Amino acid sequence: MGILLDENTRLLVQGITGREGSFHARSCKAYGTNLVAGVTPGKGGQLFDDGVPVFDTVAEAVKQTGANLSLIFVPPPFAPDAIVESADAGVPLIVCITEGIPVLDMIKVDKFLRNKPVRLIGPNCPGLINPGANCKVGIMPGAIHQAGRVGVVSRSGTLTYEAVGQLTSLGIGQSSCVGIGGDPITGTSFIDVLRLYDEDPGTDLVVFIGEIGGTKEQEAAAYIKEGFSKPICALVVGAGAPAGKRMGHAGAIITGESARVESKTAALRDAGAIIIPTPADIGATAEAVLKRLK
Amino acid sequence: MKIHEYQAKEMFARFGVKIPGGKVARTPQEASRATEEMGGQAVLKSQVHAGGRGNAGGVKVVRSPSEAETVAEQLLGKNLVTRQTDAQGVPVNLLLVEELANIAHESYLAITVDSSFRGTVILASAKGGMDIEEVAAANPEDIYTESIDCSLGLMPFQARRLAVKLGFGPELARPVGQAIGALYRLFIENDCSLVEINPLIATAEGEIVALDAKITLEDDSLFRHADLVELRDKTQEDTLEAQAVDLDISYVTLDGDVGCLVNGAGLAMATLDAAQNAGASPANFLDVGGGATDEKVASAVEIILSDPKVKQVLVNIFGGILRCDIAARGIVLAYGNKNANLPLVVRMLGTNVDEGKAILRDSGLPVTFADTISEAAIAITAAR
Repeated sequence: MGILLDENTRLLVQGITGREGSFHARSCKAYGTNLVAGVTPGKGGQLFDDGVPVFDTVAEAVKQTGANLSLIFVPPPFAPDAIVESADAGVPLIVCITEGIPVLDMIKVDKFLRNKPVRLIGPNCPGLINPGANCKVGIMPGAIHQAGRVGVVSRSGTLTYEAVGQLTSLGIGQSSCVGIGGDPITGTSFIDVLRLYDEDPGTDLVVFIGEIGGTKEQEAAAYIKEGFSKPICALVVGAGAPAGKRMGHAGAIITGESARVESKTAALRDAGAIIIPTPADIGATAEAVLKRLK
Repeated sequence: MKIHEYQAKEMFARFGVKIPGGKVARTPQEASRATEEMGGQAVLKSQVHAGGRGNAGGVKVVRSPSEAETVAEQLLGKNLVTRQTDAQGVPVNLLLVEELANIAHESYLAITVDSSFRGTVILASAKGGMDIEEVAAANPEDIYTESIDCSLGLMPFQARRLAVKLGFGPELARPVGQAIGALYRLFIENDCSLVEINPLIATAEGEIVALDAKITLEDDSLFRHADLVELRDKTQEDTLEAQAVDLDISYVTLDGDVGCLVNGAGLAMATLDAAQNAGASPANFLDVGGGATDEKVASAVEIILSDPKVKQVLVNIFGGILRCDIAARGIVLAYGNKNANLPLVVRMLGTNVDEGKAILRDSGLPVTFADTISEAAIAITAAR
């Protein structure tokens, strides 16, 4: 089991002929993902790596190959167009890796996608992976993952790999790992992913990784408190971040008391989450909870 | 990207928002002359990229051109330390000399992006002219939030409602509404992340005037605003931070002695937290970014090595979109360029990790390898 990806996933990569797009399209395919098409306007008719057809438009790619998931590696000025093109072509799941999309553009795209039968993950995210289904749609190193029953959700990219690395080194596999992205406006929220994990019979425990800035962790805490049925281990990073300084993610801005680590950790603890004391204890905390579950 | 008050006010004027008469002064003599032009008295406002200027003594009312000259001498060329700066403060190179306003009512207005609403919001309060964060903490009900639909934009009824929330009388609803509409257009057309006015006033003569102006431009949108990039003032930025901005590297100076090179903002924050938990004190936050080349990694390491506080370097790279071999080559390149021999604790995992480690091992640099984030933090503490 696991969420969002399975053996029916048919991957389309937008920007497949670019430097990042081609490298990661290959890496997804090598992991076992069914890569069926690429899209680069003006390069339709080519073959990527002698086997994957490249199309000029997403609509054509979907029509010819039955692609049902689009992974986007298009530069920031053109990424909003790429997202909307996929939605317009009826692709139900869109994963946007692109970092640095203007926020006012994303507000419009987000509004356009609402109430449509489409889910956007990202932008500015590492993507997602389902090790049990041998399906990877993103930029994470596939080899650190192991199939199992722990769901991971995070705002960050490399910190998600850190969490996964610690789990795998203790022999704890993952049902799925999802990075929702670090921008102020993201298509999928913590709550959306938690809801999917709650419904997934293949997930026993969730590892939740938040960071300073904004109120997304508090919103997630309110949802968890309302009736999330599975145990959850939570880490919030950024305690050492100085107030008022921007720390790389647009979302990682200390905006007020609620944006601080202590406030987020308190909300998650109050909601019943088991707090991971430091970034080095992600695996150990999950291991202890899993032992209690047995 | 932050810009100065006088630059923000020039933008206000272009969009039809009234601002007080004023002039920029670079010398005490210019300040004196400008004060004379304002009718013999004026307010001198230090132009720095930090809030809290008033309480820090950076804003002074002067009653004569000669007083203006004396006060300007005290302000110009010095660093101003406010509650939003570090202990060094920021240099005052420019003063805005403005005519005094005849204030009948003061209000607070801000436009920004609210990530929970997933759109633009306008904040309004009738309690202008004071510390708005204190107002927000003590009386949150005194701050009103109007959410804007991105396809409709600011609707006239919303502007009318905001005028009331700002505490202006019904006779001023029209000019206030026009000012808010102009500011919203300015926010959208220039891809701002913040437009803030404290205070937005009504004068005794019934005019709506922006006495203050703060604009932050969204960094991710600057590629389509070449004219606005020109407004950047590097003297207001930490030297190393300014270098990092030019290289598109996220870097923030901290107080400690451990230089940190990490990929990804989340992992960078986690690395700082882990180092601090182990008793080490980071000298910086640095996210070298995803699609970095070895030259870019080298530039990042050179920034770290340029910081005289740094006694050792902690590297935490989890290869994904950035490959470990590229990171390793960049580190070796920078150490060579800088002729450096500061000890390194390196933790590498992920894509091309074996190549990365081999490059570092063969480089002859004083590298200690660590397998986990906690081992790395302990190694860095042990080396002190």
